[in-house]
Amino acid sequence: MNNQPAAGGKKYTGWRLFWHSVIARSYPRIIGQQRDTSWMLFDVVMPLGSVIAYVMVYRALKAPVEYVGFVVMGGAMTAFWMNVLWSMSSQLYWEKEQGNLALYIMAPNSMMSILLGMALGGLVATLLRAVVIILLGSLIFGVQYVVASPFELFGVFAIAMVALYGMGMMFASAFLLFGREAWAISDMVTEPVNLVSGLYFPIKSLPFWIAAAASIIPLTLGLDAMRQLAFSSGFKFGFLTPQVEILILSVLSVIFLVGAKYLLDYTEKLAIREGRLTEARR
Amino acid sequence: MPPNAVETDALGRIYKIRGVKKEKAIRKELVALADVDLKIEQGELFGLLGPNGAGKTTLIKILTTLLAPTSGSARVAGFDVSKSPQLIRPRINMVSGGESSGYGLLTVRENLWMFSQFYGVPSKEAYDRIDELLKRIGLFDRRHTKSSDLSTGLRQKMNIVRGFMTDPQVLFLDEPTLGLDVGASREVRGMIRQWLDENGSRTLLLTTHYMVEADELCDRVAIINQGRVLACDTPSALKQRLQKDALFEIETSPLNGLSVTKLETQPGVRTVTCQEEDGSARLSFILKEEAVLAVVINTLTAAGVKIMRLTKHEPTLEDVFVELVGHSMADIERSTKNE
Repeated sequence: MNNQPAAGGKKYTGWRLFWHSVIARSYPRIIGQQRDTSWMLFDVVMPLGSVIAYVMVYRALKAPVEYVGFVVMGGAMTAFWMNVLWSMSSQLYWEKEQGNLALYIMAPNSMMSILLGMALGGLVATLLRAVVIILLGSLIFGVQYVVASPFELFGVFAIAMVALYGMGMMFASAFLLFGREAWAISDMVTEPVNLVSGLYFPIKSLPFWIAAAASIIPLTLGLDAMRQLAFSSGFKFGFLTPQVEILILSVLSVIFLVGAKYLLDYTEKLAIREGRLTEARR
Repeated sequence: MPPNAVETDALGRIYKIRGVKKEKAIRKELVALADVDLKIEQGELFGLLGPNGAGKTTLIKILTTLLAPTSGSARVAGFDVSKSPQLIRPRINMVSGGESSGYGLLTVRENLWMFSQFYGVPSKEAYDRIDELLKRIGLFDRRHTKSSDLSTGLRQKMNIVRGFMTDPQVLFLDEPTLGLDVGASREVRGMIRQWLDENGSRTLLLTTHYMVEADELCDRVAIINQGRVLACDTPSALKQRLQKDALFEIETSPLNGLSVTKLETQPGVRTVTCQEEDGSARLSFILKEEAVLAVVINTLTAAGVKIMRLTKHEPTLEDVFVELVGHSMADIERSTKNE
C-alpha cells in the first residue's frame, strides 16, 4: 500500500502539482470577475471619482501639469493596494469560514501554491480594473505619457506587484491568526497609508524620513519609479532613482515572500496542534 | 499481507477550552477522544456510529492530518499522521456532511476540476472522472449550474463527487447523508458501495448517527460515545449480543407520573428508553427474558397506564447502542443540546 500514491491514475507531483494548484486557485477569481460585473461600479467608477476630484483640486491650485498624470496612475495603482489590503489579506479567513481551508490543508499540494493562486487571481482581476481606470482617466484628462524604456517600466511594475502581493500573502496568514483584530488594524491604517504612500502626489513632497518609512509599502516605491519612467518630468519629482527603487523592491519581495512562507507554516502547525483554524472555536 | 488502512493505538485528543480574552489561563479541558484502538483493514467499509459530540469528527480530523492527537498514535495507509502527513495526503480524501466548500460563482464541473488540480489529476482525466461520477450520482444534467444555485442536497452530492474524484486509497466520509432526503441518501449509499466493490484496495471510513445507514452499509461498525469506543464488530455480531434478550416496544397512554427509573429497576429489565409524545408514550425495553414482560405489564397497569400496542422485534444497532450506553442516541443528542 505504501508504494502507491493513490488507488488509481497518473498524478502530478512536485513543481507540476504546485503550478497546477496555482492556476486552479486563481481560476475562481478570474472567472468570477466575468460572472459578477458589479466591480465595474465599485472598483472603477468610484476610484475614478477620487481621481477626478484630485485633478480638479490640482488644477484649481495650478499644480504642475504632470500631477494630473500622477493622479491617474495613482488611481489605477490604488486598485492593487485595495485588493491586497481588503481582499487578499482576508482570503484565508474567509476560506476557513467557508470550509475550504481544511480541504486545502488536507490536499497534497503546498499551501503556498494556494496563496500564490489567490495572489495571481487577485492580480489578474485587478489588472483589468487598473487598465480601465488608466484608459478612462487618460482619455478624460488628456494625459501624455513619455515612455523611454517600456521594458524598464514593465519591470518596475512587475517587481512592485511581486512585493505587494508577497505582502498580501503575509497579511493573509496574519488575518487568519488574529481575525477581527487584524481587520481593525487594516481599517485604522488605510487612510494614513493612502496619504504617505503618495497615491495622489509624489512622495518627494513628504519629509525624507516619512517617505522612507512609507517605502515599506511596495506600492510607494513602485509608483514613484513608474511615474519617473512614464512621464517627461523624469527624476524631477522622484524620491529615489528608479534603479535604487528597483533594488529596494527586489529586497522587499524576498522578505515578504519568505515571511509569507514562514507565517503560513506557523499558521498550519498551529491549526493542526490546537485545532483552532479548522475546528469551530471552542 | 498489506498493512491496515487505518490503525490507531491508544489515540487521545484533549481540547483546551480558553476563557474570555482577558483570562488567558486555560479554564478546563475537554476530552474529545480517549484510548481509541482501531484497526481497519484495506478494502473495508468501516462505520463509526455515535451521537453528535461523540468524537467521530475529531477522530476523522486526526486521521486526515488536520488535527494532532494529544496522546497515542494513528497510522493511515501505513504512515504515521504526526510524522508523515505529506505521505498520507495524496492517498486520502474527505467529505463532510453539510459542508459548503467550493465557490458559488463556479459551476459544479469547475469546482470539481479546481479541487482535482490540488491532487495533481491531469485536467483531461479529471473531466472524464467528474462526468462519470456526476452521471452516477445523478448530477450530470446540472454540471454547468453555478454551485450557488444548487439545493443543499445537490451541493452535498457535488461534495461527495469531490471525495471520490481523486480516487483515494482511504476515503473519509463524515456524515455524508446529513441533510439529504431519503432518495438522495439511497443514491449516495449505492454509490459508496459500488465504489468499494470496484476496487478491493479502496477503504472507506464512514461516520454516521443513522443506525440504518451503518447497518446497511458497513462491514464493521465501532460504536463511539464520549470519545470512547464501546464496541467494534460486524453489525450482525453486535446485534448477536442481544440475541438472548427479549426486545419489546410498548405504546401506552401517558405514564401518569410513572417514572422510567421505576420500570428500569424491575427485576429482569436491562434497559428502558421512553419517548413521550402528545397523548402517548413509546417505551422500548430490553429484557433478560420474555417472561419479564409480565412484570413490566403489571407495573404499567398498576400505575393506571393503558397499553395500546405491544411489539416484539429483532435487535437493531439502536438497541445495541442503548444496551451499551444506557440511553438512546436521540436522548443523548437532546440532552447535549439542552446543556
